[in-house]
Amino acid sequence: MIHIDGLVKKYGDRLVVDGLSLEIAKGEVFGLLGPNGAGKTTTIRMLTVLTKPTAGTIMIDGCDHGEQCIKAVIGVVPQHFNLDIELTAWENLELHGRLHHMPAEVRRQRIAELLEYVELSDRAHDMVQKFSGGMKRRLMIARALLHQPKVLFLDEPTVGLDPQVRRRLWELIRRLKGEGLTVLLTTHYIEEAESLCQRVAILEKGKLIALDTPAALCQRLGAYVVEWDEPDGFKTKFFAERVLAAEFAATLTTTTTLRQTNLEDAFVELTGRKVVG
Amino acid sequence: MLYDIWTVFWREWLVLRRRIGRFILSRMVSPVLYLVAFGWGLGRSIQVNQGSYLDFIVPGIIALNSMNISFTSVGSPLNMSRLYHKTLEEYLIAPISSVAFVIGKVLAGALRGLISSVLIIALAYAFGAHLVINAWFFLALVLNCFVFASMALVAAMIMNSHEDMASFNTYVLVPMSFLCATFFVPDHLPVVLNWMIHILPLTHASLALRAIATGGEVPISSLVIMLGYTILFMGSGVWLMKKVRE
Repeated sequence: MIHIDGLVKKYGDRLVVDGLSLEIAKGEVFGLLGPNGAGKTTTIRMLTVLTKPTAGTIMIDGCDHGEQCIKAVIGVVPQHFNLDIELTAWENLELHGRLHHMPAEVRRQRIAELLEYVELSDRAHDMVQKFSGGMKRRLMIARALLHQPKVLFLDEPTVGLDPQVRRRLWELIRRLKGEGLTVLLTTHYIEEAESLCQRVAILEKGKLIALDTPAALCQRLGAYVVEWDEPDGFKTKFFAERVLAAEFAATLTTTTTLRQTNLEDAFVELTGRKVVG
Repeated sequence: MLYDIWTVFWREWLVLRRRIGRFILSRMVSPVLYLVAFGWGLGRSIQVNQGSYLDFIVPGIIALNSMNISFTSVGSPLNMSRLYHKTLEEYLIAPISSVAFVIGKVLAGALRGLISSVLIIALAYAFGAHLVINAWFFLALVLNCFVFASMALVAAMIMNSHEDMASFNTYVLVPMSFLCATFFVPDHLPVVLNWMIHILPLTHASLALRAIATGGEVPISSLVIMLGYTILFMGSGVWLMKKVRE
């Protein structure tokens, strides 16, 4: 569904995305991970025709980058709340429908359907300015889906939202996947990628440093991890089997944790720093 | 293309319709002050070209007011939309052309300029001014609105902060409001200054509106110059809309 080949973006001398190549299959939920400034947002901006690549090719559903046809097959939920605060929820969707040349009848029906879908029907005619963060994000997802795109781009979809709202959004994203939509999301909430994505790519300084399923990335390090405190800092050690991990933990005298390896461990090992929200 | 222009304009119209009362009321404040101060106050004792000063300055006030309103109703909102609200992206990812976006925005700005100009014309009559208002007058007025709505679009796409936008206003619009034949005839100024003033678009708006309103000959050259500025700014606007993706 998405083919990216040798994608490069330079701002002056600064290399932001460095030769990224990826294949994303139809119906896949794909996560783009990386520390702040790794080039995730720039990659999404290039895929969504907001930024021109310096080099490389992008193909989405058979459309070349730079063609108007790419705009018809993508839906975009950017990181910042970019709803029109001078309009109501309905009018925001109506504007989107008109910009995407949807006929009036189809538009009206689809807006009503999607407001229902994201549970905002009762607030349809309220000004967006009064909406909470979670409501705004849901409305943005409805807006992105309005013209029935084949690929949905979500840039940090749950940043700044409380846990209940995050889980509701996860449910929504799973439902979309169930309906055959291809989803590409960026996040630095590792558990988000772990619970939603079939495959993840980890970017660092614009380069792809890992690409696999979350489970396989964890397996690479060892399925179990022991964590303990030492005077010079917090230590971790990975083990392939639980028995080996337990044996090692028994030799330690400080407070020790033994648990399964998660994607965050893989991420930290690969990128060498803790992710900051 | 026409449909896309209408979509861009439609959004502006929704917003304007929601606050049309407030818009009209606030737009009446400064023209009333100008009319009282310069028309009634100062103007009683001044005669210009054998006519009353009130009749002389009303076209000037219309020129500067339509400039200000057309500029501010496109400039700040678009600048904010590009830099802070990021709502411009909604248009950039939509399958519409830059040309449609630019024309839609400029038309919407011009509409606001026109509404406020109609208000001033009504107020001017109430203050006892004598004006010839015909199709040429409206053509000159519409062109002036186009010039400054499209100039605002260019400024909004170039300026990288709200503060720079305000500075643009201070350095470009404010001097023009006072110098461009709005309150006086620039012919008596030093030659170089007079020459510079005649490069500025607002001068041509004031001169054209005044000539038409006082029943004089229609200054076609001024209209052509305004049209030239409109095409220049709109062209630059389209180019900047494409460049924003780099």
